[in-house]
Amino acid sequence: MDQLYFAAEVMVNGLMTGVMYALVALGFVLIFKASGVFNFAQGVMALFAAMTLVGIQQGQIPFAHLINAVFGTHLHNFGWTVPSLLAILLTACVMVLLAFLIEKLVLQHLVGQEPIILFMATIGLAYFLEGFGDVMWGAEIKALDVGLPQGISDTVDELTLNWLGYGFFIDRLDIWATVIAALLVTALVLFAQYTKQGRAMRAVADDHQAALSVGISLRFIWVMVWSIAGFVALVAGIMWGTKSGVQFSLSLIALKALPVLMLGGFTSIPGAIVGGLIIGVGEKLFEFFAGPLIGGATETWFAYVLALIFLVFRPQGLFGERIIERV
Amino acid sequence: MIYREAGDFKTGYRADGQTFPIRLDRWGYYAALAVAFGIIPFVINNYWANAVLVPFLIYAIAALGLNILTGYAGQVSLGTGGFMAVGAYAVYKLMTSFPEVSILIHILLAGGITAAVGVLFGLPSLRIKGFYLAVATLAAQFFLVWLFNKVPWFYNYSASGQINAPTRTVMDIAVTGPTASAPAKYLVCLVFAFALAWLARNLTRGSLGRKWMAIRDMDIAAEIIGVDPLRAKLSAFAVSSFFIGIAGALLFAVYLGAAEVGEAFGINKSFLVLFMIIIGGLGSIFGSFAGAAFLVVLPVLLKNVFVGGMGWPTDLAAHIELMIVGLLIMVFLIVEPHGLARLWSLAKEKLRLWPFPH
Amino acid sequence: MNDMSTGGYVTADGRQIGGTLMELKNITLRFGGVVAIKDISFDIRQGEIRAIIGPNGAGKSSMLNIISGFYVPQEGEVWFKGERRGPMKPFQVARLGIARTFQNIALFDGMSVLDNIMTGRLNKMKAGFLSQALWWGAAEREEIANREAVEKVIDFLEIQNIRKTPVGRLPYGLKKRVELARALAAEPQLLLLDEPMAGMNVEEKEDMSRFILDVNDEFGTTICLIEHDMGVVMDLSDRVVVMDYGKKIGDGTPSEVRANQEVIDAYLGVAHD
Repeated sequence: MDQLYFAAEVMVNGLMTGVMYALVALGFVLIFKASGVFNFAQGVMALFAAMTLVGIQQGQIPFAHLINAVFGTHLHNFGWTVPSLLAILLTACVMVLLAFLIEKLVLQHLVGQEPIILFMATIGLAYFLEGFGDVMWGAEIKALDVGLPQGISDTVDELTLNWLGYGFFIDRLDIWATVIAALLVTALVLFAQYTKQGRAMRAVADDHQAALSVGISLRFIWVMVWSIAGFVALVAGIMWGTKSGVQFSLSLIALKALPVLMLGGFTSIPGAIVGGLIIGVGEKLFEFFAGPLIGGATETWFAYVLALIFLVFRPQGLFGERIIERV
Repeated sequence: MIYREAGDFKTGYRADGQTFPIRLDRWGYYAALAVAFGIIPFVINNYWANAVLVPFLIYAIAALGLNILTGYAGQVSLGTGGFMAVGAYAVYKLMTSFPEVSILIHILLAGGITAAVGVLFGLPSLRIKGFYLAVATLAAQFFLVWLFNKVPWFYNYSASGQINAPTRTVMDIAVTGPTASAPAKYLVCLVFAFALAWLARNLTRGSLGRKWMAIRDMDIAAEIIGVDPLRAKLSAFAVSSFFIGIAGALLFAVYLGAAEVGEAFGINKSFLVLFMIIIGGLGSIFGSFAGAAFLVVLPVLLKNVFVGGMGWPTDLAAHIELMIVGLLIMVFLIVEPHGLARLWSLAKEKLRLWPFPH
Repeated sequence: MNDMSTGGYVTADGRQIGGTLMELKNITLRFGGVVAIKDISFDIRQGEIRAIIGPNGAGKSSMLNIISGFYVPQEGEVWFKGERRGPMKPFQVARLGIARTFQNIALFDGMSVLDNIMTGRLNKMKAGFLSQALWWGAAEREEIANREAVEKVIDFLEIQNIRKTPVGRLPYGLKKRVELARALAAEPQLLLLDEPMAGMNVEEKEDMSRFILDVNDEFGTTICLIEHDMGVVMDLSDRVVVMDYGKKIGDGTPSEVRANQEVIDAYLGVAHD
């Protein structure tokens, strides 16, 4: 019985991770739908956002390492700290600026290229951003605390103990992260479906030329989706940064959104959500049941292999449209 | 006025199809070979071998392999690191299990084993395309690294989880292990790089190469004119993985001597080799070498400038290197998606007409 | 006009047309709920130029795609050279001796004109992997032999001067010609042309018409073509199938078809109710 409850607990934790995957995956879907770019840098954007947030919060001097190396100074901090909320706002501004620059300096020059070239360009972008973030804020592992509650939730523990005779251990941070992610996902879906900008975005996704011809500004839409993706990256960066520290591996966790998308279909918003949940739960359960038998740490590859096997049988993903090929 | 094809008439289809149709190119090629085989082995020292030449040759082989798959057959792979790991662990198991067999045979076998693994992971390519496939190859990358990390049989149950290359000889000269000399390491890698480049050139000029390129340029049309997509794609995966497996085997056995899978063959290795072919030139054999040379020399150069010359800390230099590499990738894709190879051929085209611009 | 049911007939210009090369029986093709082709039957005879015409969306291209194996019809039979064709992949169909061109040019943009045309001969190149890898023996011999065959096609279509040009740099009309060259290089028994003259100017159309007639005349290749330009079709082809809304509304010589009331309605536009 306890084993069963334990599995259920693993599953709940998996669902919560899944919501986070879904959130990052949404960032991918938005960019992909609006610009046809498969943004490999999404993970590094989350890392960069988290680094920037910590840097602003703690009053770090940007490029301190570089300045010190060039001028032989010993600069580190401004000597102040910035309140969390303000720091988050400032970081959001940085992410918007970043979106603008990416559009201006990279995307604009790659219009009309094959998707795979764009994809490789975003791998270059990921490298650049990683290096840039490191130069700007330093590469050491940083703790991130924006005041989100952490630690095992006593309420859940007591409640479940009373009801089921088994106390569920669930991190309060996970609960908060899930709620925030769920809210954000809902907001994004509503935005895409019901606002003027959302409609324009979907129009661009369908057909660039046609969207242009009815007077939609492609550049505006691109800056907008990259900004939204930057904001999503910021939220994901905050959650994961708080959980396990701001470090390079954060960008790899965010890469999990890729198999999520393969499962859900690159163009489907519900697909991203369902795919995220499936992978979140799947990898936790697989690790729980099969992990001990085959050496553990299966989370590094489970999502990818699952997506791979799935795609062989259904290449368009769960919710993607069936591909009719023409000549 | 020297670089000309005028007056160099081709009198048969054989002469027309040769690798270097222009006389001066042919001479340049022979001269490069003469220097590589006849001069460098006698003057090479440890620094040049370890910092530049040996890694250059090994990565050139890996880049050739990936270029066959991505540049010629159009299938993007992010699993290069994982496939190199297969080559490395295969050669390690072979070296330690059959010490009496020649290391050269082990390296070739390691390539063969990697080819088999590559075909296995290439099977989904029939159903999934483009970046779907690219992401699918990440499965190979992460799974293979995990496998070599978690199954002790692969690293002979060593306590550290590392693999160490024992000393093996070719004609009584050590080419692996701590006693191997710089010229020996260099020559082994050179022979493999030369032979494999020649194979790659042959395979890409004939019917198999045309099948690959047809699939790359327009897979549906290729199928309708009679190319079996499964065989074309799987053969590309097999040949590509063979090259990459040999590169992995050489990297571990000859160059590194000791390796830990996550560190030596992680996802960054996949990106490194991919970057080499983007910068060097997709679908170009010369480009594979150019790209490998560029990305092997660049860090050495940057390190010398920033750390040696300006006294910056190494980690800062490494971060700036990341930025520069990322930037270069974007710049190349924007300005010249065919890389250094295209720049080179454009320069030659200009030169051919020089000094008359039209 | 001779008796068409027993086999051959002689065309107006005196060419002898042979027996049935390909026969399509009661073909129906659906995409989901949409019926693209509804119960169509017709045949293509040895040595003739057969045209399929019809307004936009009539199902002409789908018909060609069925013949070349790209679409598999839900109902009906495809017979080629007296044998019923089972379910086949497009590359297997190609190996039977059926080559085609495409409505939206489908050349291999990353390759030179010569290499593109050489791909037409891939099915004739049989050298093993090892021979290719070492470029020794069969591989080199067959490369040269096939190069000679390709050079003949290049001469025939008068594209010697662009042999080594990357196809991406060619103008539209020449691309169409290279595509025809690639199909011809395969020495097909049945050549399918999907709107070979679409988007061409008058001069280019004349050139293309001449090539089509010459191919048919010199190599005896059977040709099935789709074309919009009625005038061209009527001049070129021996027999014409007319399609409208996925159905066959006429079949016969150009003059017969021209006199068919249903065909006139379809082209001049009569309210469908």
